[in-house]
Amino acid sequence: MTRRPVHSEDPDRLYTVTGGRSRADDSAFDLVTLIVSESEPSAGMQSEHVRILTLCRRPTAVVEVAAELGLPVGIVKILLADLHDTGRVSARHPRAAHSRADLPDPELLKQVLVGLQNL
Amino acid sequence: MDSRTSERAARVPLPATADNALKIVIAGGFGVGKTTMVRSISEIRPLNTEETMTQAGLGIDETAGVRSKTTTTVAFDFGRISLNEQMVLYLFGAPGQERFWFLWDRLFAGTLGAVVLVDTRRLEDSWYAIDRLEHHGTPFIVARNNFGDPTHSLEQVRDALSLSDDIPLVDCDARDRESSKAVLIALVNHLYALSSVREMTR
Ligand SMILES: Nc1nc2c(ncn2[C@@H]2O[C@H](COP(=O)(O)OP(=O)(O)OP(=O)(O)O)[C@@H](O)[C@H]2O)c(=O)[nH]1
Ligand SMILES: [Mg+2]
Repeated sequence: MTRRPVHSEDPDRLYTVTGGRSRADDSAFDLVTLIVSESEPSAGMQSEHVRILTLCRRPTAVVEVAAELGLPVGIVKILLADLHDTGRVSARHPRAAHSRADLPDPELLKQVLVGLQNL
Repeated sequence: MDSRTSERAARVPLPATADNALKIVIAGGFGVGKTTMVRSISEIRPLNTEETMTQAGLGIDETAGVRSKTTTTVAFDFGRISLNEQMVLYLFGAPGQERFWFLWDRLFAGTLGAVVLVDTRRLEDSWYAIDRLEHHGTPFIVARNNFGDPTHSLEQVRDALSLSDDIPLVDCDARDRESSKAVLIALVNHLYALSSVREMTR
């Protein structure tokens, strides 16, 4: 697979992809929220939605969706919000989230450690 | 393309049970080996993507839409490691550009912690990353990426970086999988120590 450089994206095309909106409610999706398709693509669906639904048959992080589609993260969040609002995808949000200067639970860190040691 | 990379399938899907993804960021100056470290340990060939920043203070013309705004693009790369059936760790290579840090809160809030890679020939290139991580309250460790035989002791490096004694400083070879794995383990051990202390003082 060859990667199209995303930075060559034509702003007009991005404008079309999102129907003119420039930013979703960012707080809805984290970079690593795992997206899972809840339905198959249907006829007449916009091509980006089709690609997302195909890609996310297995859990796929928001940032991976962005990389695979060759679109900026912010644009992908808008596309995902549309699919999420209509129940076509579900979102598994990260559970380690902690506020500034706070730290994750030691139990979770222990699981990370075991996972890394088993690599 | 090196053989290690081409052997890896372009897309290795996560297990259907994956439900909790975590983030670790590899930071440091230009060309210090961030992408190399992500590549050496990721189970997928590193991918890259970008986020755009809209210049603040400029009016948005409704009729012209996005075309009237001044946007800057920041690109970053990432890889991933499946830890178990539920947990997956995403590793992000932070770009060396200073403007990247303006996107920190939007993209990297909730990051477990960071590794700051340093090249002892250009230590000062890493000062900015250390300063920003401290500013954002993100716990980190420092790893010296060895390009050839080290000419300084780790103590000298610690002094030069004005790094306090409670921040681990380790040696690594970012090209080597076992070495990169040891760096991540050192980071998580550090996070574990910090969070255990916190639990005890609650
Ligand atoms: N000798 C040696 N070379 C290395 C090592 N790590 C990285 N390199 C080389 O250094 C160069 C830069 O490495 P990258 O991984 O691209 O660095 P980076 O930090 O991602 O660079 P930017 O994203 O441009 O800031 C590459 O040519 C690597 O092959 C190392 O441990 N030893
Ligand atoms: Mg890089």
